Amino acid sequence: MDFILFHLKRLLTIVRNEVLVLPSRVAVIVFVLVMLLLPLVSRDPYLLRILVLTSIFAIFAASWDLLSGYTGQLNFGHALFFGVGAYGAAMLNLHAQIPPWGSIPLGAAAAVVAGLIVGIPSLRLRGTYLSLTTLAFPIVLMGLVFAFADFTGGELGVSGITRLATTRVGDYYVAVLLMLGLCFLMWKITDSNTGIIFHAIREDEIAVRAAGINTTRYKLLAFSLSGFFAGIAGGLYAHFMRIAGPSTLEVSLSFTVVIWAIFGGVVTIYGPVGAVFVLFPLLEVLRIVQDYRTLLFAGVVLVILLYMPDGLFPWLREKIEKECPRCKVRNIATRHTCRICTASLD
Amino acid sequence: MGLLIDIIMSGLINGSILALLAIGFSLIFGVARIINFAHTAFYMVAAYCIYVVTQQMGLHAVWGMIAAVLLVTLLGMITYKFLINPIREHEGAVLIATIALAMILQEVMSLIFTGTYLSVPALIEGYAVILSVKVFYQQLLSFGAALLILAALYFFLMKTKIGLAIRSTAQDREVANLMGINEARVAMLTMGLSVGLAGFTGAVVVPLTVLEPGMWMGPLIMMMAVVVLGGLGSLKGSFIGAYILGFTEALVVFLAPMGAFLKGPVALCIMILVLLMRPEGLFGVSFEEER
Repeated sequence: MDFILFHLKRLLTIVRNEVLVLPSRVAVIVFVLVMLLLPLVSRDPYLLRILVLTSIFAIFAASWDLLSGYTGQLNFGHALFFGVGAYGAAMLNLHAQIPPWGSIPLGAAAAVVAGLIVGIPSLRLRGTYLSLTTLAFPIVLMGLVFAFADFTGGELGVSGITRLATTRVGDYYVAVLLMLGLCFLMWKITDSNTGIIFHAIREDEIAVRAAGINTTRYKLLAFSLSGFFAGIAGGLYAHFMRIAGPSTLEVSLSFTVVIWAIFGGVVTIYGPVGAVFVLFPLLEVLRIVQDYRTLLFAGVVLVILLYMPDGLFPWLREKIEKECPRCKVRNIATRHTCRICTASLD
Repeated sequence: MGLLIDIIMSGLINGSILALLAIGFSLIFGVARIINFAHTAFYMVAAYCIYVVTQQMGLHAVWGMIAAVLLVTLLGMITYKFLINPIREHEGAVLIATIALAMILQEVMSLIFTGTYLSVPALIEGYAVILSVKVFYQQLLSFGAALLILAALYFFLMKTKIGLAIRSTAQDREVANLMGINEARVAMLTMGLSVGLAGFTGAVVVPLTVLEPGMWMGPLIMMMAVVVLGGLGSLKGSFIGAYILGFTEALVVFLAPMGAFLKGPVALCIMILVLLMRPEGLFGVSFEEER
């Protein structure tokens, strides 16, 4: 009993001293609570459908950030992992009758293999060469999908897959819980020592190698991790839409994920996730002006970038929080002295 | 025999078009380190411009060509000045700014002309029969025009002072700046030149293809493959790479089963294989020192 009380007290202290003092952390908590409690308020199938898709794409965008934001290996063919995950899960489900909880991880494993297949040749390439080469992989796969239409369904894709869950609310909880869990996991990975090495590879790969770190291994690790998370997103998408078609491999999907991630701010994980939650529903809202939808979408992205070239969420965070010049702890912007070391903030 | 001529014609035309696009793309990448995803979107705009001038206004195609190149060059310089230049320090932002720009151009075109397939009749009707194969005059004309522009571009870059400035900025921006070259102005000029080339390509190609707002995506991918294959920033590489991939596409289309689906993948596989052996492309300059 005492043990539980002690930990409860500790949790409360942490919440009071570390979470409630920073608006960005409060925002994250509020976001998590809203996502979890939303079905209690509204069970509108349309709303839930949009949020499920948003969550799936949030995992996808965050996985791009894990690879391209952190290690700086700009990947323009990220749809490959999504498509391999989707096709893998769909085929396993259809031909081997594996239920979603088995087919999605196996599809993601296929995406890890795809990550290695892309990653190994990419090790020799740098910068723009790498980006433009990765762009080619999903197109090659798409050509194969069309060429072997008997097996892959060609243009129509693989359909008739089991549903993710039996009800729409079930779908919602599967997608949202996975989104929250996986994004937290990705954030933890990037916050660990591995994440620091990823950072360092982006900044100066030669220096990292000089420090005795096997950058090849870490780059391949980044490719496979990113492939895994994107593959899960792909599998979820296939099971939710109940179809895995060539649209999951399209160039425009690869471009869209880059737009999401850079719009939200790279090297943050929360940036791309937030950006998807802003931009994907925005695209749905813009359905009221159907003809101008993509035009307005591109316009919004362009204008916001001109004012916030580092992305939306880092800009917002800069506005509401300040970093203490002495101890580097973040403080709410309204404070004049640091909450830890009482140094002046201005 | 007939098949051979078909393959050669199709390869030459594909190659010349890719060469024009890739050299423009390569120029602006070399000078300003911008990956311009909107490059082929400008090509699409030029093609529509030709359609308007010849079909809707009823003027001669030469006027259409001049109008298209001028309009697109102007458009390119304006977008460079107001959209790309302010955020040039942020690589990622430039990247999606150009993607967004391509999307905007596509949407504007589909709003004005709707998404239907349009076509422009050939500039010269008729065909010659070479070894019992029909070779349309329009194909020959497009090929000839492409070669002419490539030659003119070569002289411009190699023999004029501005060409020298462009090449030296591409080689080393800082040193070029120290030598008194106005880097910002060269970048702007190169953007105009690069986009103008894309516009010219669109004008030449339009009688041979169908016109639709999504027509920029396919050439974009192939053009990037060419640029990477030949080596980024290398004009000679872009030229040779374009013909390699152009002929590959033609061979696959005419010889392989399901060729139309496989032409892109096969060309891209060739690019990947070449990169595995020569990571900096066929004629690429190694950017190793740029850390």
